[in-house]
Formats: sequence, structure tokens, C-alpha cells
Amino acid sequence: MLELLEIFFGSILDHNIALAYILGMCPLIAISTSLRNAKGMGLAVIFVVTITAMINYPIYLLLQQTETTQLHLLVFIITIAATVQFLEMFLEKFIPKMYNAFGIFLPLITVNCVVLGVSLFFVNRQYTFLETTAFSFGSAVGWFLAIVLLAAVREKMAKNSDIPKGLAGKGIAFIILGILSLAFVGFTGLASI
Amino acid sequence: MKLIRLKYTKWFNISRDGISKNNPILIGVLGICSALAITNRVDNAIAMGIGVTFVIIASSLVVSLIRDFIPSRVRMVTYMVIISTFVISVQMFMEGFFPQIAEELGAYVGLIITNCIVMGRAEAFASKNPIKYTFVDGLANGLGYLFVLVSIAVVREALAFGTILDMRVMPNGWVNWTVMAIAPGGFFILGLYIWFMRELSKNYEVQS
Repeated sequence: MLELLEIFFGSILDHNIALAYILGMCPLIAISTSLRNAKGMGLAVIFVVTITAMINYPIYLLLQQTETTQLHLLVFIITIAATVQFLEMFLEKFIPKMYNAFGIFLPLITVNCVVLGVSLFFVNRQYTFLETTAFSFGSAVGWFLAIVLLAAVREKMAKNSDIPKGLAGKGIAFIILGILSLAFVGFTGLASI
Repeated sequence: MKLIRLKYTKWFNISRDGISKNNPILIGVLGICSALAITNRVDNAIAMGIGVTFVIIASSLVVSLIRDFIPSRVRMVTYMVIISTFVISVQMFMEGFFPQIAEELGAYVGLIITNCIVMGRAEAFASKNPIKYTFVDGLANGLGYLFVLVSIAVVREALAFGTILDMRVMPNGWVNWTVMAIAPGGFFILGLYIWFMRELSKNYEVQS
């Protein structure tokens, strides 16, 4: 139990998937211009990442038994695309409130590297099922934290500060990310995962 | 005279678009995950750049070849399958011939699949254009990506380890900047690089 907690908090702070492993940058930069959208995307990512990792784990076991592990990339990406499609239909039919909140973010998630990245990391690190769940949930929460922090800073900055013309927009987002990431380096050594 | 005429051909325009004018990383800000995560060593950056260039060219060619047969509703999944086929072959090639680099790149080779540049070129260019232009476009975008990756890696490796391709470039007594070897260094260098290129080309981002 303690080990699971260590993996969970380690993947939020110490090994943050956005700020330490630099994954999921395209949506992080593109959607963080408003705090509202950032929250929506972050929640959708938490939802999808946890579910796809839990589905991909038994599938990987199956691949191991049939000795076709070199195909795991292809199989994972198809699983992810199918899961996202299925979730979209399921939410639209049964929980329309949630569907409206996620809006356009769900289909975009298929090309978010976090989803595939988490699935590839659990293969590399040889986690058990429970560890995979803790790790995927923690990583997704970490990504949510990163996008919300970035969006909050960018929103304030757009109103109040005088940014050089060439740096405005995406350029300054990288500088902010650098400073955020530097702050997260301070958590190094908190937990080993 | 011939040079002037070359300037107006479609070939020239497509290559210029990919390499400089619409550079996928600096202007489009796509596919940054790998551009930042693996650029603390020049040799990793070169391997990654060549891998991505190959995947862009090969997948765009296939998409362009069968573009009239893909139903538009399932086109994304089709692109994904085509792209991941080539990524798997790149991964196997690296593991077979350059095991050390493959180990350092780790999961990032597999993540070429979700590199937005590959998908972006398939969707925006290859699905509408004939094969010959698609090849030029893929090559130009790949080279633009490779160029940016290597130039970031040169700065980061020189500051972080005092070397370039394991050759000593910094004077003796150089204190290594550890921050350049980890994630924050990548963010800062790319941010400054984007600033520099946008000032240089006077191509400012339009604020909405």
C-alpha cells in the first residue's frame, strides 16, 4: 500500500510527466491560453489516461503470452483510439452533462503523447496492475497540475505584462514552463518510482 | 537567370516552407516533446531527427498513394496504423544496429507515433497532393526538424557537459551547467530560440 502511495505522489511531483519527462507538450501549449479550457482538457486527460492504461495492461500480458511484444506500439495506439471513440459515444448517451463539459477535448486526446507515453512507461518499468493504476492516475493528475498552473500564469500575463513582440504567445509559454519545471526539480528525491 | 526562375517553382516553395518559413518546431510549435526530451546529447538528436524524417517521408508517401481510397470517416485511424508500422520498423532498426542510442532514447522512439508533425503532414499535405510533391514536403519538414533538434542539442550539450559529440569544446575549468542536462534547460533554450528566429524573420505571432 505504501509503495502504491509512493508511486502515486512520485509521479505527480518528483517525476511529473509534463515537467520532467516533457510529454504532452502540443496540447499543453495550445490549450493553456484560458484557465477554463485548461481545466476541461486536464480532467479529460485524467479520465482517459487512467482507463486506457488499465485496459492496455491485460492486453500487454496477452501479447507476452503469444510472444508478439514487438507489436505493442501498434496494438496500444489502436486500443487508445478505440477507447476514446467508445468513451465519447458512451458519455454522449448516458452522461451528457460530462460529455458537454469535455466537449471537443476528447477526440483530441488520441494524439496526446501522455496517453501513449504512460502505456509505454509501464512496459519499460515492468509494473504490476495496481502499480500501473497508481502510476497512470498520478501521472495524469501531474499533467492536470502542470496545464492549470501554466494557464493561470499565462492568463494573468496576457493582461498585465509587456512581453517583447517576438516572444509573445508560444515563446513566453516555454519560458514559464522552464521556471515551473525548475520549481519541480526541487521535489527530486521525494519518491523513487 | 535559372536561379531566379527556380525561386518561383512549386518545388522550391514547398521545401522553403518546410525548412524555414513554416518550420514545424519554431513556427508551428509541433512535435516538441521529443525536441526537448532527448536533445541533451547531439548524437541522440541526430538519431531522433533521422528517424522522424524517415517516418514523415514514408508515411506521407503511403498516405498520398492511397489517398483516394481512404474513407474520410476513418482516415485518422488509417494514418495511425500506417505511421505506427513505420515507427515499429525504425524502433527495430535502432535496437538492432545502435543498441546504445536505442536504450538512451527509450520510450521516445515509440512516441514518434504521436509526434504531431507526422500526423500533421499526413492530414494537411499528403492527403491532398500527388506523390512527387509529398516527397519534397516530407523531406523538407524532416530536415527542418532535424536542423532545429541538432542546433538545440549543440547548445545544451556544450553547456551541460562541455562537449559536442564527446569532443571537448569548453576550456578547462568549465563548470558544467546541470540545469541544461535536465528538462528546464530544454524549455529555456527552445523559448529563446523561438524568440530569436521570430525577431530575425519579423514573423510575429498574431494575437487574437
